[in-house]
Amino acid sequence: MGSATSELPSHRTPLADAAETGLKIVIVGGFGVGKTTLVRSVSEIRPLNTEEVMTQAGVGVDETRGVATKSTTTVAFDFGRISLNERTVLYLFGAPGQERFWFLWDSLFSGTLGAVVLVDTRRMDDSWYAIDRLEHHRTPFVVAVNRFDDDTTRYSLEQIRQALALSEHVPMVDCDARVRQSGKDVLITLVDHLYELALAQEATP
Amino acid sequence: MTRKPVDTGDPDRLYTVTGGRSRADDSFDLVTLIVSECEPKAGMQSEHARILDLCRHPTAVVEIAAELKLPITVVRILLGDLLDTGRITARHPRAARSVASLPDSALLKEVLHGLRNL
Ligand SMILES: Nc1nc2c(ncn2[C@@H]2O[C@H](COP(=O)(O)OP(=O)(O)O)[C@@H](O)[C@H]2O)c(=O)[nH]1
Ligand SMILES: [Mg+2]
Repeated sequence: MGSATSELPSHRTPLADAAETGLKIVIVGGFGVGKTTLVRSVSEIRPLNTEEVMTQAGVGVDETRGVATKSTTTVAFDFGRISLNERTVLYLFGAPGQERFWFLWDSLFSGTLGAVVLVDTRRMDDSWYAIDRLEHHRTPFVVAVNRFDDDTTRYSLEQIRQALALSEHVPMVDCDARVRQSGKDVLITLVDHLYELALAQEATP
Repeated sequence: MTRKPVDTGDPDRLYTVTGGRSRADDSFDLVTLIVSECEPKAGMQSEHARILDLCRHPTAVVEIAAELKLPITVVRILLGDLLDTGRITARHPRAARSVASLPDSALLKEVLHGLRNL
């Protein structure tokens, strides 16, 4: 990506004045798996960056002085957005799956509709932790496999499901994060899944 | 993974912007949409003025944080100041906030419809 444009003042595209409902979907995955690429390919704005800091008193212990110190956890994430209609806007967050991120889940991502776990089959280990934490937070998710051109393994979705010990209720989908239609399909797969879950929940008294 | 040595987490800057406060009003969700109810005025803290300027149109909390290059917590504190004095209004998300409860199927249908029509 050329960085020349980042020097320009940002030209913000404001939301419609009638916008009233913001929704969240989180894309989780290891470094380099294609989160930002996916956000960029479906977002109506260039992905923006922000971060959260959390100061935990007494977490780190300064061993040389033997005193408890304050430690600051910083988590950076990027996001894009899709105006679904005049009133409703969907925000997509690309978030790292590493440990310190999950400390901030409740403060940042409670109320998230659901999550996409983005997987690179060459580094499947990165996905374990994210899946475990999403299950812990009871956030519904789908698994999207971002197929890189130089990935020679070509595991099938079924092989990946087994490798990740995923229940058959978790939808899986292949994608190319660089392609807008493919990114849209990932989101539709997730929301379809959520819709089915909501219908099932509404049907139980 | 590289970490910037001085993130916006620079404690001195955060302290100055928030007047030393560290507890934020977490009723501001990342996607709560903020709307200004007045113009920025001379003499206002610059961050407050920038927020009022940005939020002439509805703007999500997370977008304000990105524009101001400040952590979410700090932005929540600043928004709390503006809300308390009636200078902004907040349009909170209607999706369920509690853990493990799904939004209603009608909302999800609306989302599906929006995505399919992109
Ligand atoms: N060949 C290929 N490259 C991709 C794909 N998705 C992402 N990339 C590239 O992989 C690199 C890392 O992607 P990025 O979106 O920054 O990953 P992130 O760390 O998860 O946000 C970038 O150079 C992308 O252009 C893909 O589907 N196929
Ligand atoms: Mg990224």
